[in-house]
Formats: sequence, C-alpha cells, structure tokens
Amino acid sequence: MATAAPPAEHERERAPRRRGRGSRRVAVGAALLALAFLLALRQLGLLFPDHIVWPVMLAAAGVALIWRQWGGRPAPPPTTARSAATQAAPEPAVSDERAALRTLYRGGVGVALIVGAGLLFLYANGALSGLGDVALTALVAIVALGLILAPFWWRLGNTLAAERAERIRSQERAEVAAHLHDSVLQTLALVQQRADDPKTVATLARRQERELRDWLRGRPPTAERESFSAALEAAAEEVEEAHGVRIDVVAVGDHPLDERAEALVAAAREALTNAAKFAGEAGPVSAYAEASPRRVQVFVRDRGPGFALDAVPPDRRGVRESIVGRMARHGGTATLHTAPGQGTEVELTLEDRE
Amino acid sequence: MNPSVVIVDDHELFRAGVRSELAAHVEVVGDADGVESAVPAILATEPDVVLLDVHMPGGGGVEVIRQVAKVRPEQRFLALSVSDAPDDVIAVIRAGARGYVTKSITPAELADAVRRVADGDAVFSPRLAGFVLDAFAGALPASQVDPELDQLTAREREVLQHIARGYMYKEIALRLGISAKTVEAHVSAVLRKLQLSNRHELSRWAAERRLVD
Repeated sequence: MATAAPPAEHERERAPRRRGRGSRRVAVGAALLALAFLLALRQLGLLFPDHIVWPVMLAAAGVALIWRQWGGRPAPPPTTARSAATQAAPEPAVSDERAALRTLYRGGVGVALIVGAGLLFLYANGALSGLGDVALTALVAIVALGLILAPFWWRLGNTLAAERAERIRSQERAEVAAHLHDSVLQTLALVQQRADDPKTVATLARRQERELRDWLRGRPPTAERESFSAALEAAAEEVEEAHGVRIDVVAVGDHPLDERAEALVAAAREALTNAAKFAGEAGPVSAYAEASPRRVQVFVRDRGPGFALDAVPPDRRGVRESIVGRMARHGGTATLHTAPGQGTEVELTLEDRE
Repeated sequence: MNPSVVIVDDHELFRAGVRSELAAHVEVVGDADGVESAVPAILATEPDVVLLDVHMPGGGGVEVIRQVAKVRPEQRFLALSVSDAPDDVIAVIRAGARGYVTKSITPAELADAVRRVADGDAVFSPRLAGFVLDAFAGALPASQVDPELDQLTAREREVLQHIARGYMYKEIALRLGISAKTVEAHVSAVLRKLQLSNRHELSRWAAERRLVD
C-alpha cells in the first residue's frame, strides 16, 4: 500500500473540500496496485490465460461503475427525503441536471465496459467468427445483461422492502392513535366535563387505568377472558364502578371457570359488594385469590368498623347467608373473620371434589 | 428522628406531591429528575432512603441503583412506580431495592413504608407478595433446588399470603401469634431469596423487562 498511503493521508487533511478528488486518487492507486500484482502473477505464470483475465477485469470495472451509480440505497420515502438527500449529496452546489447527466455518463461507460468485455472475451475465444459457438455467444450476452441489470433488480427489491416496512410502521402508528383516541382522549374529555364531581372522575380514571394496563400488557379485556381469575377481576371491576370504591385484586395461579368456580365468583361478588357498601369509606378493599388444581380460595377484606359476630347487624345477615348458603350448595365453605374495629374478612374456600 | 429521603422521579408534579405529603413524617433532603442527576444527589446527601421511580429515561431506577451501589453499597432504596408488571417489579428488587410500592399508595402507608426501609426492613405491596407466591409456586426437581434460596418456608408463605390479603405487619403478627419483629424477619428472608434465587420465573421476569422506558 506504499503508493496509496500518501494520497490517502493527503486526502484526510483537506477532506471537507476535496473529498471527491482524494477518493479518486485512492481508487487509481488501488487499481494500479492491483494491476502490478496481476502483472507480477502473470510473469510468474500463476495466472489464468490472457483471454480470460482481461475481459474479466474490464467487466469488473464496468460493474463497479454501474453499482456506484445505480446500486445505492433506494430513495427514502418523502417524509425523510430531505435529511437523506443532504447525506447523499455533500456538494449541494451541483445542479440536479448536471448530476443526472453525470450519472448517465458514468452508467453509460459502465455498460460500455461490460459490453466491451463480453465482445473481447468472445473475440479472444474465436466465437465472433462466422462459425463461432452460438451457445457461448448467447451465454456471454446473458451474463453481460445480468451484470448490467443486477443493480436495478437489487434496488427494486430494496425499495419494496422499505415500502413494506414503512407501511407496517404507519399502520401500527394509526392503530395506537386510534386506540388512544377512543380511550384516553374520550376519558380526558369526560373528566373535564365532570370536574366538579370527584367520585365520577375517580371512577372514570380508574376504569381508564385498568383498560390501558390491559392494553399495554397485550391482554384482552377481562370480559373476554375465560378463567376464574379473569371472572373475579371482572366482578371486582363492576363492584368498583357501582360503588366508587377502590378494589385491589391480587390473584395467584388460575383455574378453569367451571360451574363451581362461577359460584365462588358470585359469592365473592356479594362479599365485595358488602365490603364496598359498609366499609368503602375506610379505604380500599382487598381481594386475594389463590388457585391451584386442588383448591381455590378467595379472601375479601375491608378496613371498615368490623362487628361482633354474635351481634350481626340485621341488614347484613341476609347477604351473609346468601354467601354462606351459596358456598355450601357447591361443597365449599365461607368463614367470617371480624371483630369491632378490626375490619372484616370473608374467606371463601372450594376444595376440589374427588 | 424522621428519616432523610431523596426523591427520584422524572415527573415534577409527582415529586412535589410526595414532598408535601411526606413533609410531616420524613425529611426530604433532595430530589432529582433522572438517572444522571440522581446519582450525584444521592451520593452528596447520603439519605436514609431513596424513593425511586422505576421508569425513567436513561436506564430507569435499576440504573440508579447499579451506579450508586458501586460507591455506596449500603444505600437503601424503596421503588415507587405506576407499573405493576412483574418484570418491572422483579427487575428493580433484584437490582437491590428493599421494597416496592405502587403510586396509588396512601400517604400514611408511604410514610410507614419509608420508615420501615430506613430501619432495614423490606416492604412488600400486596401485589408484590402475589408475584412472589406465583414465582415460588411450582415444585422443582429435587436436584435443582437450593432449599436456602429456591423455596419458601411454610411460615414465609403464610406471611406473604397475609400481605397479599391486605394485612399490615402488626395485624399479621397478631393473627399468627408471633412478634412483629419476626414478621419483618420473614419478609426480609423472602426479599433475600427474591434477589438471589435462580428460579426460572424470576430470571425470566428480570430478563423480560423492556429496555425502552
């Protein structure tokens, strides 16, 4: 690389202004080196015969020229065209027309080089004389054509891929925008309308939060999922909205939503409604569910005043019996843990039948 | 004495809100709005507890813990986030946070959680307790089990279930007939397992944490 190095260094020094000329020097240097190398090999007799090497070199030069002109990245889509254009054309002074002319000129030289290489090859192999080998001629013509057209094919493929990626991107963007519009923006509009009603605002915000969380996690809305934990979460959402009390649901494991599990969810809904009605003022209600193949358990806990079990308020007895009765009918149990001042917890258990 | 606190969160409104809510219970000695400003602020003020947002530009809470731990490994962090996705929670706990609460927590509970972390205890929200029970639920082949790290004891499981059911430590102690200190010891033991165990679910959650915040 001894010959090529000085111009390269030279070029680096004044790179900003004279890049075009510098890189041309490097190219010429590299070409001369390659030539020297080839000649040396030829002298040593290590080379393919002349009638193959020279056409191949000519063709290679032509291919290089054509690729340089037409094989670049496809033109980017209009939105980003400006930044890409400034990257591709560091010399904005050159007018479009001149650039186009130069492209055409270089491309033409490239094509001419390849065609010339083909002819040279055929001539050197005697295929151009009247009785030449037609098959070989055709083959060379096809190869030459392929070499000339390759950049265009490549570029076409690239453009199609880029267009496809861009289309997918814009579809995704549109989907996100549509979702945010239907959900978050609607809710925000409602919140502004109801700004004087804190309870409604809180409910709206909570519902939106839940919906957005499901969407971010890529889960279908609870109503569309078929499992015990989803049904419990859906029940908690409904109670929450009906009574405006926050319900925190934590579910561990899951269970298919069979008839007994449905009964358990119904009982849990009663317990949640109770908690929201009688203890909602005291803070959020907790629901904890633990499901395994053998046993499903739900705990509903409030932070309300609690009560003494032997002095159950009459308005709670009915509900309590409906919870206990419902569980008993399906072979489960319901237990109440409560004492004055300690909140109330309903424990619902369903053991699997043998 | 009230514990000293640095608040790290990229939402200014939230920082201001926490500051005023906690003013009576803790001493807020500084705040920061991102990873880059948080690390020097924490190292300069050496607070008892750092209240740390999980999602922030530039690597989030996990990155803050990582950088501070190099210089000040004893620094205690309490993670505070709107996210309740298991991968977020587990990632920040495994990075070294002593607890995780969601931003819907009441001011009184938050003050209590800060005090607990300042005392060296662990703070689990009901949801975090649920994640842990989930992660440690499956049985492992005996050859792969490190009983010290990969399994919960019956008592630890019981304590976590009560946390998930919404009980405070005091109430749990009362119900299980043990002292509040013992409850805290169980929770700290679970925290250690959470940080060190190689159970599949935990590493998967840690790995799945989205890198784009």
